[in-house]
Amino acid sequence: MHNVWVIASREFKQYFVSPLAYAMAAMLYLILGFLFYVNINFGLQNGQITPDGRIVMGPMITILVFITPLITMRLLADEQRMGTMELLLTAPVRDFELVVGKWLGALGFIVAVLIPTWIYPLIMNWMTQPGIDQGVLVTAYLGLALLMAAMLGVGTFVSGLFNNPFVAFLGTEAVLLGLWVVGALGSGSGLVSEVAGYLGLVDHFYNNLYRGVLQITDVTYYVSLTVLALFLGAQVIQARRWG
Amino acid sequence: MADAYPMIEVQNLTKFYGAHPAVSNLNFDAKQGEILGFLGPNGAGKTTTMRILTGYMPPSSGSATVAGFDVVDQSLDARRHIGYLPETVPLYTDMSVRDYLTFMGSLRKVEDLDLRVDEVLEDIHLEDREDSLIGSLSKGMRQRVGLGQALVHQPDVLILDEPTIGLDPGQIIEVRKLIQELGKERTVLLSTHILSEAQQVCDRVLIINNGMIVAEDSPGNLQAQMAGAEKLLVSTPASLEELKPLLESISGVTGVAAGAEPNRFEVSTSPGRDLRPDIARKIVEAGVDLLELGSAGVSLEEIFLQLTREQHPEDHREQD
Repeated sequence: MHNVWVIASREFKQYFVSPLAYAMAAMLYLILGFLFYVNINFGLQNGQITPDGRIVMGPMITILVFITPLITMRLLADEQRMGTMELLLTAPVRDFELVVGKWLGALGFIVAVLIPTWIYPLIMNWMTQPGIDQGVLVTAYLGLALLMAAMLGVGTFVSGLFNNPFVAFLGTEAVLLGLWVVGALGSGSGLVSEVAGYLGLVDHFYNNLYRGVLQITDVTYYVSLTVLALFLGAQVIQARRWG
Repeated sequence: MADAYPMIEVQNLTKFYGAHPAVSNLNFDAKQGEILGFLGPNGAGKTTTMRILTGYMPPSSGSATVAGFDVVDQSLDARRHIGYLPETVPLYTDMSVRDYLTFMGSLRKVEDLDLRVDEVLEDIHLEDREDSLIGSLSKGMRQRVGLGQALVHQPDVLILDEPTIGLDPGQIIEVRKLIQELGKERTVLLSTHILSEAQQVCDRVLIINNGMIVAEDSPGNLQAQMAGAEKLLVSTPASLEELKPLLESISGVTGVAAGAEPNRFEVSTSPGRDLRPDIARKIVEAGVDLLELGSAGVSLEEIFLQLTREQHPEDHREQD
């Protein structure tokens, strides 16, 4: 656990000296701010939509699916490219500690970026009578954290496969969009459809957590995906030693 | 200090890359307080051996222990006792020197880390650059930072892959001095392809080629062996036909050949004795002008080439 923490905190700090990380955060805030403004100004004032914190969170997921690979692409691929992997693999650190540490650092960064977005629901709460349901938001933000954990896990794993961060970016994006699309197949009936629906990346979020419904199946899905991705990441590192 | 406890023990170590053996059946050991030199051309298997010892990659067969721990079965314990400087110095260029050493030290669970980092900064003479980003440092300084991370946890065994490569002469001397100091209490395994470096720094030298040990001795003994190949350079206006019988009459001279330039000749001698006075006397007594007489000074390299050329001269450029 000590090693996980050391690696995670280095990774976390490095995001704050990285121009790319700031650009990503700025882009996220800018788009969310714009959408919020448009929604408040036109939708809410005309009474076309009901006041709900989710008008911020809905589009946020789409943006995050594209931001996640940017956050994770360097995690392991850059170590490989710069030769520092040799340093980490010869330090007394287990392969899974390295992978989990990297992932945790990225998760810490994205949580730090996402916490300020709660400002929008708070503004809405202040603007409207009788305010908005903060309970739904707590569940939705928990869902968001679970979804991010899983997506960052996938990104960490894919980053371990390549020496080139850009290729890792493309690979991660492909996996995430693939998992998203699979979910869309789950709208019909029958076994295939049911399985596809369960495998879908964002459906567990949109269908339940986002609406304030906390179910064990959805939590299990995200936790399992995270654990599987990190396990595969550690296997990749181990396989690379043999190569 | 130099008790007989083997800190590195390698038995029948073999590593294949595909079908190509990078290292085959290597056997050696290193005691505490010993500086062992790993000498060989590029691609000889030096880096591969070091990577196996440091736990970076497993061997195909055979075994190795460091500080008594098996590098495969007790990898983490073995790694705790090793400080490793890979050939391409692994540095985070966007970190400061102090942050980098602190990061490595905390991965190594070093106690009183701030104090220890101060000491290391002093050892590598970078106290005044501790807050500089590593990316802004010169190559020599980076090399020293790399050495610093290998030292921060005060390991029993130091494994240094080409530690002086790319440094200027002043820095080379400094790094060698540092290694010699470190080697007083620790076991140091260092690789180099510079013979004189191995001779100056190491207590014992292994010459490795094509993944096999071709010679193993103390630098002193190697030098004695090498003295046999001493070549002398004679410069005189005489012709080869005149000079050859004249010099070959001296006992110990084994051959006379034309040199690279006109009026220059290479004289091969048998080991053991400096024949320069005899040669000078002989030439002058014969009434021939002697313009220059000296050692050709390439003997070390020649012995090395001779040893490493003996097998498979065709694949010298394999990957390491």
